[in-house]
Amino acid sequence: MNSNGKLAEILAQYSFERGNLVPILQNVQEVFGYISRDTVGEIANHVNVSCSDIYGVATFYTMFRFKPVGRKHINVCRGTACHVKDADQILDQVQRVLGINEGETSADGEYSLETVACIGCCALAPCMTINKDVHGRLTSKKALKILGTAVKEEE
Amino acid sequence: MSGHASNDRTVLVCKGTGCVSSGAGSIFDALAAELGKTGLAGIDLKLTGCHGFCQRGPIVIVEPDGVFYSAVQEQDVAEIVESHLMNNVAVERLFYRDPVTDKPIMHYKDIPFYANQDRIVLKNCGHINPEKIEDSIEVGIYSALKKVVRDMTPEQLIEVIKTSGLRGRGGAGFPAAVKWKFCRDAEGDQKYIICNADEGDPGAFMDRSILEASPHQVIEGMIIAGYAIGASKGYFYVRAEYPLAVERLKIAADQAREKGLLGKNILGSNFDFDLQIFLGAGAFVCGEETALIASIEGYRGMPRVRPPFPAQKGLFGKPTIINNVKTLSYLAEIINRGAGWFASIGTAKSPGTAVFALTGKVANCGLVEVPMGTPLRKIIYDIGGGIPGGGRYKAVQTGGPSGGCLPESLLDTPVDFENLAAAGSIMGSGGMIVMDQDSCMVDIARYFIEFTHSESCGKCVPCRVGSQHLLRLLTDITEGRGDSSMIDRLLKLANTVKATSLCGLGQTAPNPVLTTIRHFRNEYEAHIIEKRCPALKCKALLVYDIDQEKCKSCGICKKSCPTQAITGSKKKKEPFIVHQEQCIKCGTCWTVCPYESVQKTSPGIGASV
Repeated sequence: MNSNGKLAEILAQYSFERGNLVPILQNVQEVFGYISRDTVGEIANHVNVSCSDIYGVATFYTMFRFKPVGRKHINVCRGTACHVKDADQILDQVQRVLGINEGETSADGEYSLETVACIGCCALAPCMTINKDVHGRLTSKKALKILGTAVKEEE
Repeated sequence: MSGHASNDRTVLVCKGTGCVSSGAGSIFDALAAELGKTGLAGIDLKLTGCHGFCQRGPIVIVEPDGVFYSAVQEQDVAEIVESHLMNNVAVERLFYRDPVTDKPIMHYKDIPFYANQDRIVLKNCGHINPEKIEDSIEVGIYSALKKVVRDMTPEQLIEVIKTSGLRGRGGAGFPAAVKWKFCRDAEGDQKYIICNADEGDPGAFMDRSILEASPHQVIEGMIIAGYAIGASKGYFYVRAEYPLAVERLKIAADQAREKGLLGKNILGSNFDFDLQIFLGAGAFVCGEETALIASIEGYRGMPRVRPPFPAQKGLFGKPTIINNVKTLSYLAEIINRGAGWFASIGTAKSPGTAVFALTGKVANCGLVEVPMGTPLRKIIYDIGGGIPGGGRYKAVQTGGPSGGCLPESLLDTPVDFENLAAAGSIMGSGGMIVMDQDSCMVDIARYFIEFTHSESCGKCVPCRVGSQHLLRLLTDITEGRGDSSMIDRLLKLANTVKATSLCGLGQTAPNPVLTTIRHFRNEYEAHIIEKRCPALKCKALLVYDIDQEKCKSCGICKKSCPTQAITGSKKKKEPFIVHQEQCIKCGTCWTVCPYESVQKTSPGIGASV
């Protein structure tokens, strides 16, 4: 099925009410990975509000993205428990290793790096998620290992 | 151990988010395979939700023996089956060990972390299969609902809750029955009940755990609350970041519908009620009632001026009640055990229990439920096991970004709504983060303000602009640009933001700043006057150096340094040195050095580098 067909299928599940806007956006992002300009136009027609209004809502919430996301979507948790256990160092480390900053996707489309306010795994702090897997009790070394890089002693 | 025949045991494997991330999924599968292989009859293998002790996960419990295995690995499974289930010898090396005495503890009930708790809303967590409604019904969930819809009028129900003194557990502690009464009395053809499970406070995870471990108790609570106010429709507003909680809630709602617990004529009464799950899209401010409502209506989640209160004019303009997951979880217990029972727990003004997510620098991290009025010290030391690794207590942070940091001198404060407020913090939704000497209080204040600043919806000026200036001042201080006027400027600004912001987010955002200045002013002064961070946390004020006596010239630091700030060579016998002008203070060398020869200091001004 082409993307227009998929979008039509999603929209058909919802009545034309404004109250469906956030669930529609979530569903579209789930299927397409992000909210593209084209989909916004179609959604706007469906719930009968302007495109700018839709962007107003979508940009308000942190979960919505407007660019495709990498195959490995990394979210470093910045919750309080993680912060107290040096999550900022983990984030620095991941940024350096991947060569991308928070909010960016690597040029080859492999990695996207974001931060999240809290994933509720505070007892395992500091933690990060890669796609749907949670990695807890991180150290800089463990983060490196998970990302597949390690440094050996000088011979 | 007492000899149970091998065929009357239940093996419970925790499949909460925490334990799953520690590998519980493969343990469950391995147990199933091993049990199949041995052909042991009559063993019931069950998945459960979170026990609230995720730090020790994956957790496996064998009932009715009550044996608690922690940090179980896949390779341990065969031994548990062979030794414990087949030969009745529990596996001692997998017992929980007391962090202080290192003594192994066999039974669940003897572990101080659990033994010192008084669990009401958490009592089912970890003991039932959340994906099977039969388990929930067996432990008595939905029995209160039956009583309510068959034998009580909504007015009688409200009266019972009023007598119990139940206060909302979302943070503000408003009496639940009073709010309900407003809504019950409000005019409207349609009314709504919303369960706020948008647990936005970083550091709190009890709502997630309850939904993952015992979703039916929350659904029952919502139906009861709906009956009280006359609502026929409910919304669960759950964070999208909690996929497992959402999934279990969906399963539970479908099962409840099948059993006639949701839908038309619930349990043969003339009460109709159904619920819908709404995923929050990630906005802290949506914890505020009017913002949450705007979000369900399809708008930006911005709060509005109250009155009118949601109880009179809420979702889609109709009378609406918003209750927290924990508030709803108490309802059935109060109905089953009586308002007097509930009122007798805790303190006169704050009856019942308090649920905390105890995390940070504490030996036992996890969910804690204690009577209101329990001193902080008991929670942190008796249940939490104190500060691990010889660390020293510095502060405990309660109430998330709206709360404050309490020093050692306030450790005997009894925890309830009033006492925490008097100490400058709040109860909030129940995050409790313990900090030791390695946490910098100025950095913590900056961290929270950075959070509230980015989560400010931008509607009112005090919060939008005020939080930005608070952040700028705090950033200057932590980066060594502080001057002597800044503490006073912070206080003045913080008090203005507190007094003039539109909603709870802005009104409480300055609390972390105010409490850290009140209790830890000396740390602010060290940053401002001496340009020194006593906790060795604020990057800009740190210096990394290599102790030549400890250095083994392995070169790992040099290889790891992202800016080539370290030179030296083992072959040429050149010492390894950090060149300060190139150093970005990322701390990589300090972390990777296997010999602890990299020194981290904050010498402050006047000291030579």
